[in-house]
Amino acid sequence: MSSLKQLFGGGIRQYGMVLALLALLAYFQVATGGLVLTPSNAQNIIIGNSYILILAIGMVLVIIAGHIDLSVGSVAAVTGIIVAIALRDWGIPWWAGILLGLAVGVVIGAWQGFWVAYVGIPGFITTLAGMMLFRGLNQRIGHSSTVPVPEELQQLGAGYLPEWAPDTGLNNSTLLLGVLALAAVVWSELRRRARAARLEVEQPPLWVALVRVAVVGAVIAYVTYLFGSGRYGTSFPIAGLVLVALVILYNFIASRTIGGRHVYAVGGNRAAAALSGINIRHVNFFVMMNMSILAAVAGMVFVGRATASGPSDGNMWELDAIAAVFIGGAAVSGGVGTVVGSVIGGLVMAVLNNGLQLMGVGSDTTQIIKGLVLLVAVAFDVHSKVTGRPSIIGLVFPWLGKGRKGSGGTPGADDAQPEVPVADGATSRG
Amino acid sequence: MSENHHAVLEMRSITKEFPGVRALDDVTLEVRAGEIHAICGENGAGKSTLMKVLSGVYPHGSYSGDIHYQGEIVEFRDIRSSEQAGIVIIHQELALIPELSITENIFLGNEVRGRVGIDWETARQRATELLARVGLRASPDTLVKNIGVGQQQLVEIARALAKDVRLLILDEPTAALNEDDSEHLLDLLRGLRSRGLTCIMISHKLNEIEEIADSITIIRDGRTVETLDVRAGGIDEDRIIRGMVGRSLASRFPDHTPQIGETFFEVEGWTVEHPEVPGRLVCKQSAFHVRRGEIVGFAGIMGAGRTELARSIFGRSYGRYLGGTLRMDGKEIVVPDVLAAIRHRIAYVSEDRKTLGLNLLDTIQQTVVSANLPKVSNGPVIDHDRAYLAAEEYRKSLGIKAPSVRDGVATLSGGNQQKALLAKWMFTEPELLILDEPTRGIDVGAKYEIYGLVQRLANQGKGVVVISSELPELLGLCDRIYTVFEGRVTGVVDQADATQEELMRLMTGAPTPAR
Repeated sequence: MSSLKQLFGGGIRQYGMVLALLALLAYFQVATGGLVLTPSNAQNIIIGNSYILILAIGMVLVIIAGHIDLSVGSVAAVTGIIVAIALRDWGIPWWAGILLGLAVGVVIGAWQGFWVAYVGIPGFITTLAGMMLFRGLNQRIGHSSTVPVPEELQQLGAGYLPEWAPDTGLNNSTLLLGVLALAAVVWSELRRRARAARLEVEQPPLWVALVRVAVVGAVIAYVTYLFGSGRYGTSFPIAGLVLVALVILYNFIASRTIGGRHVYAVGGNRAAAALSGINIRHVNFFVMMNMSILAAVAGMVFVGRATASGPSDGNMWELDAIAAVFIGGAAVSGGVGTVVGSVIGGLVMAVLNNGLQLMGVGSDTTQIIKGLVLLVAVAFDVHSKVTGRPSIIGLVFPWLGKGRKGSGGTPGADDAQPEVPVADGATSRG
Repeated sequence: MSENHHAVLEMRSITKEFPGVRALDDVTLEVRAGEIHAICGENGAGKSTLMKVLSGVYPHGSYSGDIHYQGEIVEFRDIRSSEQAGIVIIHQELALIPELSITENIFLGNEVRGRVGIDWETARQRATELLARVGLRASPDTLVKNIGVGQQQLVEIARALAKDVRLLILDEPTAALNEDDSEHLLDLLRGLRSRGLTCIMISHKLNEIEEIADSITIIRDGRTVETLDVRAGGIDEDRIIRGMVGRSLASRFPDHTPQIGETFFEVEGWTVEHPEVPGRLVCKQSAFHVRRGEIVGFAGIMGAGRTELARSIFGRSYGRYLGGTLRMDGKEIVVPDVLAAIRHRIAYVSEDRKTLGLNLLDTIQQTVVSANLPKVSNGPVIDHDRAYLAAEEYRKSLGIKAPSVRDGVATLSGGNQQKALLAKWMFTEPELLILDEPTRGIDVGAKYEIYGLVQRLANQGKGVVVISSELPELLGLCDRIYTVFEGRVTGVVDQADATQEELMRLMTGAPTPAR
C-alpha cells in the first residue's frame, strides 16, 4: 500500500474517479463481449460527448467561482443556428463562420457577465433567463427548422485526422500524437525530479518514477493503438483533438496562472479575495464570458457532428455538464474543482451511457443509473471530506492538474474546523 | 452561593482519539454544583473537544472514560440527549439565525407547541420574560440581525434558559464583545450563579476568569494539568499562565526598544459614509500619523469606527469615501482600490481571519503568495517553485508550525493561521501594516510570538498600526495610542503616560478632566 502511495504521489483515493472509469470500461468490456473497447466505439464515445466535455471545462470554472450556468445548451443552440444560416445564406467561408460563432459567444458572454458581475444578479437567475432567452432566439432565427451545415464544419464535429505514408498499420496522425504524448510524459517526469532536487524536497525513489512512466506510457500506447487501428480513414477524432487542446489550455489557466488562482480565491472566500486586491467583478465577468465562448464552441462542434442545426439542439446539456463537474469533485459552495477531474467525470457518464446502450439497457434504466451514480459519487466525496481524508478526486496526476488536497484536518485542534465562510465583505465591526 | 458543594459533574479519565491524534488523554474534570468553573488552556489543548464530549457532539462510544452527572453515569448519543439532561452549550460562533426574530431564535428547535402548530402567543410571552431575566431591553420581535453581538450573546443565553438549563457551557463568551457588553455578561452569569446555575466557561481572557471563576481546570496538550480553587485565594493571571504554558512567562510582551524615525504616513480630514446608511458617517474628519519604526495603537469600543477607518484607508474597501487626504513620505497618494493600496505598500491584516482573511481551502503556500502573485510569476504564469520557496522562508522565519507549506491552512491552529495571514501581508512588502485584532482568539504563547513579529517589523523601519479591543495589549505593545469614539479620533496618548483609565475615558467620549 505504501508503495502504491509512492507510485501515485498521494493516496489511492484521489484516483477514485480514474479507477472508477477504468473499472467501468473493464466491466462493460466483459459484459458486452468486447464491444466497448473497439476503435469505432471509442471514436464514437469521443465524438458523441466531446461537446459536453467542452462545456464541462467552462462549467467547472463557473462552479469554482461559486456560480452556475444553466444557459449553456441554449447558447450552444443559438450559436449553431446563427453559424449554420450564415454559412448557408451569406456565402462566407467556413473559418469565417467559426469566427462568427466565437463572436456570438463573446457577445452572449458579455451579456451574461454584465448581469452577474456588474448588476449582481445571481448566476442561477441570469442564466435561467438566458436559457429561455437563447432557446427562443434559436427558434426565432431558425424559424424552428433544421438548417444543414457544410462539409468543413462537419469535419470539426465528426471528422478524422488525415492518413499519410508510410504504412505502419496504424493511422499515422494518431501515432504521431501518441508519440508526442509519450515524450511529454517523460519530459514532465524528468522536469519534476529536477524541480524536486532543486527545491530540496524529498522525492520518491527512482523506481517509482520509472514505474509511473511505464504505467502512463502503457496507457498512452494502448489508447493510441485503440484509436489508430480502426478502419482506414479513421483516427483520433478532430473533435477529441479540440477537446484535448482545450483541456491542456484550461488546466494550465486554472492551475498555473494568476487569473486562475483568482477564480479559486473568489470561490473560496469572496471577502478575503476582495481584501487581497482581487477584482471580484472582473473574475465573475471572465468566468461567465468564458463559459459562453466554450458553449459556442460546443454548439459548433455539435452541429458539425449532427450535420445540421435544429431547434432542440442542446436540450439538457447544462445538466450533463454540471453533473460531470460535480462527479469530478467540485464543491457546490465553490472554491474546489479541477478541469481534468471534470472531464473525467464527464467521461464516466459517457462510458456509462455507451456501455448500458451496448448492453441493450433502455434509456429509462440508464437515466436511473446515471442519477444514482451522480448521487453516490458526490456522497462519497462529501463523506471523505467529513471524515477529514483527502477528496477522492483532486489531482489526477500531479503534472496534469494542480489539485487541491482535502483539508486532512486534525479534528483535535480547537481552532481547525474547516468551514467555508460565505461573507459579503461588507460586514465590519470595530 | 449554593451551599452544597458536591460535584454535579465528574468526567473521569476521558480519552478521545482522532486518526493520528490523541486530542484528550486521560482528562479529568470535576465541577461542583452552583459554581462557575473555568477551563483554561492554549488553542489545541483540547478544551473544545472536552466540551464536545460532554455535550454529546462526540457520542458515547467514540471516547473512553465515564461521565458522572447528577450522581449517575450518563451516555449521551447526541446534543439532544445532553440537552434533555439540562446541559446546554453556547458555541463561540453564535448559532443564531439573523433573519429570524429573537422569539423565533429562542425557541428554535424547542418550539412551544399549541393545539395546531406553534403557539406564538405563549412563545412571545415567554421570550419577553426570558429577555427580562437576561437584562436585554429589546422587543422579542426584533430581527437578530438588527441587534449587536453583545445582545446576540444574551439571546443565546435566553435560549439556553428556555431549555431549562442546569449546566451551561460557554465557549469564549466574551471573545467578540466590548468591555461594556463583557461586563454585563459577567454580571448576568453572577446572577445566574446565585440562583444555583452551574457554568463551565472557556475563555482566553484571563482577567475575566480571575474575576468570575470559582475554580479553574487547566488543560495542556490534551491532559489535565491541575484544578485551582480561586476562592481559596492566591490565584492570579500569572499563576494561570504558568499552568497553561508549563513555564512562567517572565513578561507577556517581548523586550523591545523602539527605534522611532520620521513621520511617513499621514491621514487628514478622513471622512467616510456608511455603505448602506446614507448620511451616517463612520469616520468624521479623522486624522493621525505614523512614524517609521513606530507601533501605533487604536483603542475604541466596538462600533467606534476603528475597523471602518482602517478599511476605508486600505483602498476604500469599506464605506463611501467623502473626503480626506493620505500622505506617504510627504507626498499625497490616492488609493481608490485595494490593489492601489497594496501598490502603495499598505497592508491590512483583517480581523476575523476565517471570514475576511483566509481562504480556508488554500494551502499555506497559496495563502502566503495570494496577495502578491506577480512577485512569484512570469507575466501571468505562476512559478510554483518560487512560491514554494517564498512560503518556506516565511514558515521558517515566522515559526509557522506545519510539516509542509503544502498543508492546508485550515489544518493550522489559530495562532499559526494568524502567522500565515501575517506572512501573506508581509509578502506584499508593505511599509505600513494595519493589524486589526491580531491576537483575537489565539493563545498566550502564540500572542507572545505575534508581539515579537510586530516589534520585528517596526524595527525594520515599517510603521505598524494595531487595532485591539484588549487595552493591556495596546498598553504593552504600542508606542502611541489613539482613541476613537463614534467615528472621531478623540485623543492620542504616549505609552509612557497611558493608563487603562485614561484610555477608557477617551474611548467612551467622557469629558476630559482638567489635569
